Amino acid sequence: MKPTDPHVTWIDDKPLGLMEKLYLPLFMQGLSTTARHMISPKVTVHFPEERPTVGNPLIYRGVHRLNRDDDGRVKCVACFLCATACPAHCIDIVAAESPWSDREKYPESFSIDELRCIFCGMCEEACPVDAIELTSLLDLTGKSREEMIFDKEKLLSVYDMTKDSEPMKSASLGGTL
Amino acid sequence: MLIPSITTLAALIKIGLLVGGLMTAAAYFVLLERWIAAWVQDRRGPNRVGIPLTNIRLFGLGQPFADGLKIILKEDFTPRHVDRVLYTAAPLLILAASLAIFAAIPFGSVLPPLGIPGLPDPISLLVAPSLDVGVLWVFALSSIAVYGVLLGGWASNNKYGFLGGLRSSAQLVAYEIPLGLGLLGVVLSSGSLKLDVIIHAQATTGIWNVVAQPLGFLVFVIASFAEAARLPFDLPEAEQELVGGYHTEYSGIRLLLFLVAEFLHMITASFLIVILFFGGWHLWGVTGAGSEITWIGAIVRFGIFSLKVFSVIVFFMLVRWSWPRFRFDQLMNLAWKVMLPLGLANLVVIATIEEFRPQLTGSLGEPFVSLVTLGAPWATFFLCWITAGLLSSSKPDNRPILTAGPLDIEQELVRGRR
Repeated sequence: MKPTDPHVTWIDDKPLGLMEKLYLPLFMQGLSTTARHMISPKVTVHFPEERPTVGNPLIYRGVHRLNRDDDGRVKCVACFLCATACPAHCIDIVAAESPWSDREKYPESFSIDELRCIFCGMCEEACPVDAIELTSLLDLTGKSREEMIFDKEKLLSVYDMTKDSEPMKSASLGGTL
Repeated sequence: MLIPSITTLAALIKIGLLVGGLMTAAAYFVLLERWIAAWVQDRRGPNRVGIPLTNIRLFGLGQPFADGLKIILKEDFTPRHVDRVLYTAAPLLILAASLAIFAAIPFGSVLPPLGIPGLPDPISLLVAPSLDVGVLWVFALSSIAVYGVLLGGWASNNKYGFLGGLRSSAQLVAYEIPLGLGLLGVVLSSGSLKLDVIIHAQATTGIWNVVAQPLGFLVFVIASFAEAARLPFDLPEAEQELVGGYHTEYSGIRLLLFLVAEFLHMITASFLIVILFFGGWHLWGVTGAGSEITWIGAIVRFGIFSLKVFSVIVFFMLVRWSWPRFRFDQLMNLAWKVMLPLGLANLVVIATIEEFRPQLTGSLGEPFVSLVTLGAPWATFFLCWITAGLLSSSKPDNRPILTAGPLDIEQELVRGRR
């Protein structure tokens, strides 16, 4: 659209008042705002010693975990919905026939490349059995690329580590299983 | 072998103290600047670096050493397309000029008599105490510092560096005039170009020039912000527009020289503001005004002087986070259409007062004279301030109307419709 288009409505700013024209009063106002912020409480934390507070851990999108069911088995049924939904293609699943009678398949291997992941949470939304979830762990570090590819064991251990502080979302958020 | 005389030796000691103190101060003011920047933005600022190899942090007071070490150890790269001689000379010139300014700037009052033979007592805390043209020296050298900026921008052979140098030259030429006008009023009323005499005149009367010449103070402070190229007038190195301005092509220790010189400019401006308008080392009822003092008195005067300079520097840093940068035409408008007339008005009023002060004291009483000599500048201050405000445009959008190019014609048409 060109600026000369008759459909363009041009809105003028308010004309300056006396205080704005006199300049210094508004300058003092700005300076007092600056000075107030200088002594106001800080919003940042001393990171490694102090941890930032996560508002609601249940909806935070941090490191993934693979949930276990009541018998301690992996809940995942290797349906590939998460790998299909993943926009970053970071989930790699090898499916095998399940050794248990209540499901047909289970993941023989399940790995997530955390360096590729964009933490969008689509895997969590796609999962029909609430097996994959995002925790509130936010400092994800490693010394090599290989270390950052989380395999099934590691993802299950993330669940073991966080299951007490963060319950499975199925119950609290109206899950399916 | 050449044996330095005792006076030379004394001057060398003063120079050593001053240069050492200034370099340390510049390093720590960088830390202070980062702290204030952080605090204003509700952050905590650099607070990690303390004593190396220990866990002692000291609120981050080791940061300047880390910063200095880092920038010194970095590669000092010279691009192939620069003018080598000027490229090397520019940072040296700017640093030498901004350090040499302090030869004429007192950093305290006087020391009590030491009784060293061959050394005139009392010893003035000023590197060149017999320099009669102190103010002129300061102004001449701060103009030479502009050459450093210009040469740096020109020799870099880089469009951003060149633009920074151009902006800097126009800005400094424009603001040296209001700076000089603000200063002239002070020189007129104290009758000397020596900065220690100017302090002494304020201490004797007990009336600081900020009270006696408010308009001159306003003009001088705004112009010294522009001279020090601090926000809101930091156009020569506006990093959002010009990468780094005149020091875009510099790296390593030569960049450090530029940055230190920039901080020294701010420190110089703060010293000048304190000396010319806030009475230097003088504080009512604490320091006295005479030149016979004890050691405690000398230390107290030095402390008060430093405290005042420190406060002005903190003000400089707070202003940086309170005001957005001016556009270049706004900068020029402010210099030529506002600051210059205000400075002239101040000068006329002060000159008139100084001319007729003896006659007034003769014909009227002393209280009436002080009423006039303080009332007239304040009346001028408010009158000029309100006039300048009322004369400025009420349109918030004061962009100049462009006249060339097809797109600009469209813009003009739009503006015609509005």
